[in-house]
Amino acid sequence: MTELIRLDHVTRTFTVNRHVIKAVDDVSLTIHQGEVVCLVGESGCGKTTTGKMAAGVLGPSSGRIEFLGQDTAMLSKVAFKSYRLGVQMVHQDPYSSLNPVHSVFDIIAAPLRHHGLTQGEAATRRRVRELLELVDMTPPDEFLDKYSHQLSGGQRQRVSVARALTVNPRFIVADEAVSMVDVSIRVSLLNMLTRLKEQMGLAVLFITHDLALAKYFAWEGRIGVMYLGRIVELAPARQLVDEPQHPYTQVLLSAIPEANPDVTRRKRRIELRSMDVPSLLRLPSGCAFHPRCPRFEGVQCEMAVPALIGFDDGSAVACHPVSRARGLLGAPAWAATEKAL
Amino acid sequence: MAAVVEVMSGTARELGKTLRLLSRNKIGFAGLLVTLLVVFMSLAGPLIWPPEQSANVADINQGPSQKHWLGTDFQGQDNLLKVISGGKEIVIIAFLAGTLTTLLAVSVGAFSAFIGGWVDGLLMEVVNVWLTIPKLPLLAILATMLKLNDVWLLAVILALIQWPGLARQVRSQILTLKKRDYVEAATMLDLGTGNIIFREMLPNMMSFITIALIFEMTHAIYQQTSLVFLGLVPFSGANWGVMIELAQRKGALFAPTAAWSLLAPSLAIILFQLALVSFARSLDEVFNPRLRTSV
Repeated sequence: MTELIRLDHVTRTFTVNRHVIKAVDDVSLTIHQGEVVCLVGESGCGKTTTGKMAAGVLGPSSGRIEFLGQDTAMLSKVAFKSYRLGVQMVHQDPYSSLNPVHSVFDIIAAPLRHHGLTQGEAATRRRVRELLELVDMTPPDEFLDKYSHQLSGGQRQRVSVARALTVNPRFIVADEAVSMVDVSIRVSLLNMLTRLKEQMGLAVLFITHDLALAKYFAWEGRIGVMYLGRIVELAPARQLVDEPQHPYTQVLLSAIPEANPDVTRRKRRIELRSMDVPSLLRLPSGCAFHPRCPRFEGVQCEMAVPALIGFDDGSAVACHPVSRARGLLGAPAWAATEKAL
Repeated sequence: MAAVVEVMSGTARELGKTLRLLSRNKIGFAGLLVTLLVVFMSLAGPLIWPPEQSANVADINQGPSQKHWLGTDFQGQDNLLKVISGGKEIVIIAFLAGTLTTLLAVSVGAFSAFIGGWVDGLLMEVVNVWLTIPKLPLLAILATMLKLNDVWLLAVILALIQWPGLARQVRSQILTLKKRDYVEAATMLDLGTGNIIFREMLPNMMSFITIALIFEMTHAIYQQTSLVFLGLVPFSGANWGVMIELAQRKGALFAPTAAWSLLAPSLAIILFQLALVSFARSLDEVFNPRLRTSV
């Protein structure tokens, strides 16, 4: 698999009332062509910021972002254009992602016309119909003249996806793309995204706070778990779900209710040491998870920030006790990340 | 050739659609009609019904009658004829000052919001200071220094005095629009700054801007009539403000028989204002697709 997007030790800070907040801290992540990567984490953990940086709408405070092996900060004009159009995003809020003053046709036709992707009005109309069919809005003629307020949340998200597809992207960042949609519509939206991914060889960075969704969507891909700005575990989806290694991942998984109530009742909930999520303004020293961690092991966890260490089985974990248990004592951060990549 | 025909028929369709939208709101449509009527009467009316040149001693300060629909003034001249001939300057200045104010406010507000940083901070500080200056006294002082009998000059000065409030509102509108997801999506689709401003943002502000334009117009009417009324602007001839001032000076406030010379120009101002404000209601429907459910 060729490498498509690579975040290389990317950090993003925001200044809020003169306090500097590290929304994303030293994240490294590679996404290959046609691959699905899910980022999960609770709200405020930096997953959207990571997604926006990968999509190129937000610059990193430090670190590099590479597109097809080239640093995006130093692209030539032509290369930047192919990067700009090659990476698209589907937003979380279906109510603000479509311009209320334009019809569905106008929304999808604008990029087609602007970039000369279709020649003439008839071709544009044909292509818009095609795209609407692609996102399961059939018959397309019924939707062409509708305005966004006349569509349901699910339909809006479909139009959003169709708009992203106009410029033939290779990579789509779906930021909580289904979380504001009725539960009954979610699966069909996810299936549509999966189908598009297969058909067009799209790579998808799927951002969600719902581990069950990530599990469903990224079953063939990888899941990364974020906690307070850092990736704490990154592994192929099956592996992460079956054998979670980082205590935070274990806690998250143990909290997912199962379809069978008997199983849910028998499921052992892992107890946290504290229920409070620390403020980004006052991050705990060392491992940010240590005040809540059930596997807390003393000074090292309190003092040293654990690096994301890659293991031979394809997983990567940022946790001192895990590294110790797997026989990787204090490997330097740079070496660990090299391996993880 | 075919393309031209297509564009023409497209424009005609749009025009028809707009007219249909305008006529949907009865009050708004009535407002539009009355506005057009007032504008027409003020601009073309004096040519059809020329103002009286001489006094008419026999008919001084009369109430409405078949001969004089709105009564007569202290010179025995017909109030309706005076109202017709006195609207021209009011209407022209209202449109000029309203348009200039809106243009200035939108440019400054949009510029400030787009540039941001210290430029934005500085401009908004200027706006804040400007907003604290009492406008009418300032106009009074300006009137003593400048000869405010030119329509354009007065319109420009009214605009210069009036822009800051609207500029603030435009700025905050743009600031919220800048953060909308669809603007971000347009950035990602590389649609260009022009498209983002004129296609994504401006249409969302159109109803706001046109309504602001109309309110700026009504404001300009108040300001100029009060200037004339206070005798700060020496408008020659007939003008609704001049009429009110003369009526008041000739005792219309105390003599019931003379009341109509005061009421006539006041009613004209009220009618024009009311028409403009109700027309603004219709405009909202034209620009807001959420309000036009089925056309």
